[in-house]
Amino acid sequence: MFDSLSTGFQAAFKSIRGKGKLTEANMRESLQTVEQALLEADVSYSVVQSFMEHVTEQALGRRVLLSLRPDQELIRIVHEELVKLLGPVDNSLHLKKDGCTVLMLCGLQGSGKTTTCGKLAQLLMEQKVRPMLVAADLQRPAAIEQLKVIGKTLGVDVYADLENKDPVAVCQAGVKQAQASGAQVVILDTAGRLAIDETLMGELKRIDRKMSPDQVYLVVDGMTGQDAVNSAGAFNEALELNGVIMTKLDGDARGGALLSVKQITGVPIKFIGTGEKFDALEVFRPEGMASRILQMGDIVQAAREAHRIVDERDREEMERKMASGEMTLDDFKNMLEKVAKPGLMGKMMSLLPGMGQMKELLDSDEATGGIRQTIGAINSMTAQERRNPKIIDAQRRARIAKGAGVQSPVITQLVKQFEMMKPLMQGMAGGGTAERAKMLQQLQSGNLMNDLSMRGMKSKKTTGKRLSNDERLKLRKRREKELRQAKRKGR
Amino acid sequence: MAFWKGKSQAPDEDPPPTSLLARMRTGLRKTRDVLNTDIRDLFKSEGRLVDDPFLEELFARLIRTDMGVGPATTLRDQVAEEFRGRVVKLEEVLTNISRQTEKMLSGQSNALFEAPSGPTVILVVGVNGSGKTTSIAKLANNLHRSGKRVLLGAGDTFRAAAVEQLTVWAGRIGCEIVTGPPDADPASVAFRTAQRAADEKFDVAVIDTAGRLQTQTHLMQQLDKIRRVVGKQVEGAPHEVLLVLDATAGQNAISQARGFSEVAGCTGIILAKLDGSAKGGVILPIHQQFDLPVKFIGLGEGLDDLAPFDPKSFAEALF
Ligand SMILES: Nc1nc2c(ncn2[C@@H]2O[C@H](COP(=O)(O)OP(=O)(O)OP(=O)(O)O)[C@@H](O)[C@H]2O)c(=O)[nH]1
Ligand SMILES: [Mg+2]
Repeated sequence: MFDSLSTGFQAAFKSIRGKGKLTEANMRESLQTVEQALLEADVSYSVVQSFMEHVTEQALGRRVLLSLRPDQELIRIVHEELVKLLGPVDNSLHLKKDGCTVLMLCGLQGSGKTTTCGKLAQLLMEQKVRPMLVAADLQRPAAIEQLKVIGKTLGVDVYADLENKDPVAVCQAGVKQAQASGAQVVILDTAGRLAIDETLMGELKRIDRKMSPDQVYLVVDGMTGQDAVNSAGAFNEALELNGVIMTKLDGDARGGALLSVKQITGVPIKFIGTGEKFDALEVFRPEGMASRILQMGDIVQAAREAHRIVDERDREEMERKMASGEMTLDDFKNMLEKVAKPGLMGKMMSLLPGMGQMKELLDSDEATGGIRQTIGAINSMTAQERRNPKIIDAQRRARIAKGAGVQSPVITQLVKQFEMMKPLMQGMAGGGTAERAKMLQQLQSGNLMNDLSMRGMKSKKTTGKRLSNDERLKLRKRREKELRQAKRKGR
Repeated sequence: MAFWKGKSQAPDEDPPPTSLLARMRTGLRKTRDVLNTDIRDLFKSEGRLVDDPFLEELFARLIRTDMGVGPATTLRDQVAEEFRGRVVKLEEVLTNISRQTEKMLSGQSNALFEAPSGPTVILVVGVNGSGKTTSIAKLANNLHRSGKRVLLGAGDTFRAAAVEQLTVWAGRIGCEIVTGPPDADPASVAFRTAQRAADEKFDVAVIDTAGRLQTQTHLMQQLDKIRRVVGKQVEGAPHEVLLVLDATAGQNAISQARGFSEVAGCTGIILAKLDGSAKGGVILPIHQQFDLPVKFIGLGEGLDDLAPFDPKSFAEALF
């Protein structure tokens, strides 16, 4: 087993040689792939261009972990930059301490404003905040009726005036009534309009001037294409937005328009809509959205995880030990324990360059059994024996074997192979060349990274799919907490 | 107006109404003025050298129409092949790409199928908020104006006030409508619509459906049920299944076309909201991948804002 293990490592080292850094040459193809992926996700062309420039700048010269191929390292960087661009997170509705906070929703026709009104109302009610809705869409037939039905379903007051044809007047009257009735938040549902419709944009500006809402949110359809920069830009210019809500993300839309919207407006993304029901409003998480836009969830998560578990101090310590030949069976056991975790193991292994055979080998029950056996044997040793296996004589060997439930030749072999590996590792670590040190460090991460927790894996699910009841409950709890915090902050 | 592929009349011989076309042009001109996204900006009056920077700019403009990487690459490469290294005039390149696009989009009739006997049943489907109900109103209005007896079916029993919305339109048009109680089975409303259309000898029945995402298998199956139910009432129904796409949609529209075609058997597309700054270029890849002609375009929220699709003017307006 040790034989194949070291062969595997050696193969891996070969494949990384000369690829230790991201260069224009080894990134070119991957950059093109990423660019195309972003365009296909509906990120606006101009946004893609400036983003790609930025990523290239960030990536050039970056070291590639052994655990990743250059393209995977690049994707990790892309993901990281996407997250930065989509953030920072601010889910607060910035409710006022006293009096009535006025929220206004605006957007193109059919983007989901009215439904979102209902969802926000529900969210507020969960926080014991009393909302009221104002039906200011006087354009679309039965839009008022739609909001009324939603209000009735949720048990929320709706202000509507079927006679009045002036949305500004309706909003004024609505807010007045909300204040009188003691509602803490009033949400204005405005009519959908085209960003290039000067008359209707003028009307929206008038509402904005007259009402001076505390928060103005743009509601954007998750399926929007290249036009997102134009429409979001126009709405932002007319109104000075405070936030964005993207809807209809329960389908298979990649939602790249959100990147365009964020880039052009610079305002935080508040929530995403993930269904037609009123509880299908999730707080925005940049990580999930970035993975969704790239549609490379698995690779991104694994790559991020690999980075996360490389503990710098551990790495240096291990490196020093290996270089000085001080590495003990204890250290070795630590490495093995990380490798021996089933399931995740294989997944991570497949990400290692040149680790194809290793993956198969280690994935088998036999191999994990072997590793477990080795770990068991080391566990049966005394601290002294682990530090210095040379003292293991026939008597000690028999004791260890008995404790581990194996035949004593297994112990002989283990000690022998460990002694063989030591100089190999020392050679790699102590060779003095920068290249070798890098390899070693990367070998480390290659091993350590198997400590892959499910935590990282989960995050990619939350944006797209419907949630289980359990997850819903958790989400609600989280939302409640966030809102509480948000409310405190807002005061 | 050539909405009907009449058996006696020759298909689409009338040009689309000029007022609408003019309006579309005005809309697009407005977009250009405001957003400065015209291909014309790539050129100076003395023409321009077709080199790599030029081709990249051209590619950017093509992408901005939402046609996607595939068609944009094809068009750019064609221009490169024909013009590279030459100083060209705007008209030359424009003519080239418009003609290519037009070619990509033509070949299918945009006329509505008319049932040989009995009522023609039209089912309208699409994702949430794409413009189904409004498009139905416009279509019904057009047919009504051309002397057909039109019956609407309020098959969206899910969304709040969707029935009221269509009822308001029916009142404005002056046509009949079949509705069900809230939360009724949409298939039963569709059934009753088809039945009444047959019994009372309507010329055409247009059935609205609730918006749904193509990934919602359960809701998609519902469309299949509606299809079967109306098919039992009227022979060959639904004769048309029109997918309403939002012109502001990006590449997801391809997935929509695929999903709705597979389950609901779409026969054509209505491209709504083309009066905005979005260009709806995604119908190019859709046209290439599926056998789905665009039949109408939506150009506003009013009853008259519907025009038959014309590949030529669409292609010209794209750039
Ligand atoms: N500017 C413009 N707006 C349109 C057009 N077609 C529809 N709309 C608007 O888009 C919004 C949504 O239209 P609906 O017809 O209700 O869409 P729908 O697909 O029936 O929506 P759901 O039933 O909620 O899924 C409304 O405000 C319409 O007025 C169009 O061609 N141009
Ligand atoms: Mg509708």
